[in-house]
Amino acid sequence: MSVDREHILDNFFVSGHTACSGCGQSMAARIVMNVAGKNTMVTNATGCLEVFSTKAPETSWGVPWVHSLFENAAAVGSGVEAALKHLGKLDSIRVISQGGDGGTADIGLQALSGMIERGHDVLYVCYDNEAYMNTGIQRSGLTPFDAKTTTSPIGKKSTGNPKQKKPLVEICAAHHIPYAASASVGYPQDVEKKVKKALSIRGSKFLMIHVPCPLGWGSDPALTIEIARLAVQSGLYPIVEYENGQLSNRMKLAAVKPVKDYLVTQNRFKHLLKNEEELAKVQKIADNNISYYGLK
Amino acid sequence: MFSVLVSSAKSSKQNKTGSWRSLTMPKYLQTNCIACNLCKLICPEGCIEGKEKNKYDSNLQYCKGCGLCAYICPKKDIEMVNENK
Amino acid sequence: MKQFLEGSWAVAEAVKLCKPGVISAYPITPQTHIVEHLAKFVADGRINAESINVESEHSAASVVLGSQAAGVRSFTATSSQGLFLMAEVVFNIAGMRLPIMMVCANRAISAPINIWNDQQDSISLRDAGWIQLYAENNQEAIDLIIAGYKIGEMPKVMLPIMVCVDGFILTHGMETVDMPDAVAVDKFLPAYNPPFKLDVDNPMSFGLLGDPSVYTENRYSLHKTLEELLEIIPQVGSEYKSAFGRDSVRLVEKYRVHDAETVIVALGSVCGTIKDVIDDEREKGNKVGLLKIVTYRPFPKAAIYNALKNVPNISILDKNISLGSEGAVYTEVKALFNDSTKKISGFVAGLGGRDISKGTVIEMLRLTKEEVNNCKFMDLDTSLLWEEFRVS
Repeated sequence: MSVDREHILDNFFVSGHTACSGCGQSMAARIVMNVAGKNTMVTNATGCLEVFSTKAPETSWGVPWVHSLFENAAAVGSGVEAALKHLGKLDSIRVISQGGDGGTADIGLQALSGMIERGHDVLYVCYDNEAYMNTGIQRSGLTPFDAKTTTSPIGKKSTGNPKQKKPLVEICAAHHIPYAASASVGYPQDVEKKVKKALSIRGSKFLMIHVPCPLGWGSDPALTIEIARLAVQSGLYPIVEYENGQLSNRMKLAAVKPVKDYLVTQNRFKHLLKNEEELAKVQKIADNNISYYGLK
Repeated sequence: MFSVLVSSAKSSKQNKTGSWRSLTMPKYLQTNCIACNLCKLICPEGCIEGKEKNKYDSNLQYCKGCGLCAYICPKKDIEMVNENK
Repeated sequence: MKQFLEGSWAVAEAVKLCKPGVISAYPITPQTHIVEHLAKFVADGRINAESINVESEHSAASVVLGSQAAGVRSFTATSSQGLFLMAEVVFNIAGMRLPIMMVCANRAISAPINIWNDQQDSISLRDAGWIQLYAENNQEAIDLIIAGYKIGEMPKVMLPIMVCVDGFILTHGMETVDMPDAVAVDKFLPAYNPPFKLDVDNPMSFGLLGDPSVYTENRYSLHKTLEELLEIIPQVGSEYKSAFGRDSVRLVEKYRVHDAETVIVALGSVCGTIKDVIDDEREKGNKVGLLKIVTYRPFPKAAIYNALKNVPNISILDKNISLGSEGAVYTEVKALFNDSTKKISGFVAGLGGRDISKGTVIEMLRLTKEEVNNCKFMDLDTSLLWEEFRVS
């Protein structure tokens, strides 16, 4: 499905925000806003995106936007949607609720589940940078296995985060919503396509976008897109689509890269490079994903 | 009585983040550009302007010098060069 | 029109008259009937509203925050645990200047878990920046809801309103009420037309990061607006009286205070009992009175001071306790007076639904004249108090 590029002539998330240079989340948020366009209302969780884009009295947002608290973006979105429904405007105005992995998978999971269970006509976008970045790089339920964070530090008794990522896309898909998918800024045109597709569907939609965080991951800002691609190409970040609870699509990998190629790009995994035992575990996660989702 | 409560759209444009750059900045060669718009799509700052081939450029008032435009350009028509301040 | 209704039903009918477009609440005893009645009204098409059955109170408050921000009059209701679960949203709503109406069916706070009435819940959130109005009876509940929407939605106010009704006592009590006529309510309460809202034709950002350079002014502006309400509420009260013939909307009610030697200060339904005691005592020649606080936030300092300045004995009844200190209302009323000739006592009663009988009130009046108590718990059952832990 080709995407009309005209929309990016109009910018609905503008310069002047204070995101770090090379921030994957700011890139993704801009793409999402520009596909969504003028007739969109956004509810945003507390987190990096909200903080770096709306320091009073400035805002980078070009659409009506509201931030309330950390865990309620989906609930506030439900309320905006209900209001639009009451006003008879839901056919012409889209509602997007968004947040980071913290505000979505952990503290925000209840509100998200409630929203999609009730079937509100809202697209929820989760910007997954795999830790609570805004508060200083603490681990979240979406922090990958063996990643170093400030609350899953490495040490004599630890090789980093002891658990794998919570399967958030599957959790949403299990609610049997029309659309639940993952995407990556490694493939920005795929992000565009998925946002456009999601917004064309009525009902609850969920899109999780992998967004490297140069600061939190300890990576080169210029390599944000490259690193995101490597995550996908190694099998560690499967790009999938679920429709009405069924796995309907996956981004197949032309060539599978070894996980080491991905891990070496970031400081948060540096401790694994000489640790064959842990590397093998990470490789196994990737291999399992490839086989489970049929990525090859 | 009210105070700062609500801000008008896009008011962050008064914050010129170009002052953040210290190492490299993008140079648009404007030679082989095919107007694919990928640079415009991915720029996290949204500060790349242009519509026609070889007429794209980064607004240096906002550019933070991340280098992602140079990375993504399929024609390698953007180079990161030393910041000359 | 006169109707004989359960309090929750009366509240629901009053809300229906105000035509909210979005209703969202999470059930909690004793608020449940309010929400159930409203759900039935929606199901029968008697209210044109979206009724959102959320998964928790935190989300209930968040849903109405979203809908109110989008320019639609909204409503929610809760009690004790629910109010505390949504506490951060409650503060958030006031800071964002969204005139949401909430009915709080006052209930005691856990632990121990207790579903019966006291006022600890709403009193504990008095700092949040909401207008807080306390109903003595179901008629007042109706009147305070209708007037509350009008007050909160005034463009120079734009503050949320909490109408507090004592759980079970009012919510589940049957009373005769005069339900205002729909046409008259429409005339009194125009459609919601806020000075700011989410609007694709005028996009703005709400809920900004307010660093030290702006935060204080924000809080000051809330505080100042609440102070301004001390004049606005009586004005709207007059308008309400003209439209509907009742005095319900006011800062305080002075009941036989003018020449009283002892006055009890209280909030909510217990005032009904106290008024009966006052009348009985007056028959016996005792000069006693009641000062009922209707508007608790903003705190009507001048109105309370003026009512009590010539009263030698003041007795404040708190259906709450700031543990480790005193009853909240006592602290605030006592602070108004710097007069050592006055005897001002604080009493805690009615916690967890313990009945406040006429006998209790009479005892309070007696104690007030005799000695000053800062925090006397009435009707304490000492057999339930043990120096050391024991298993029951």
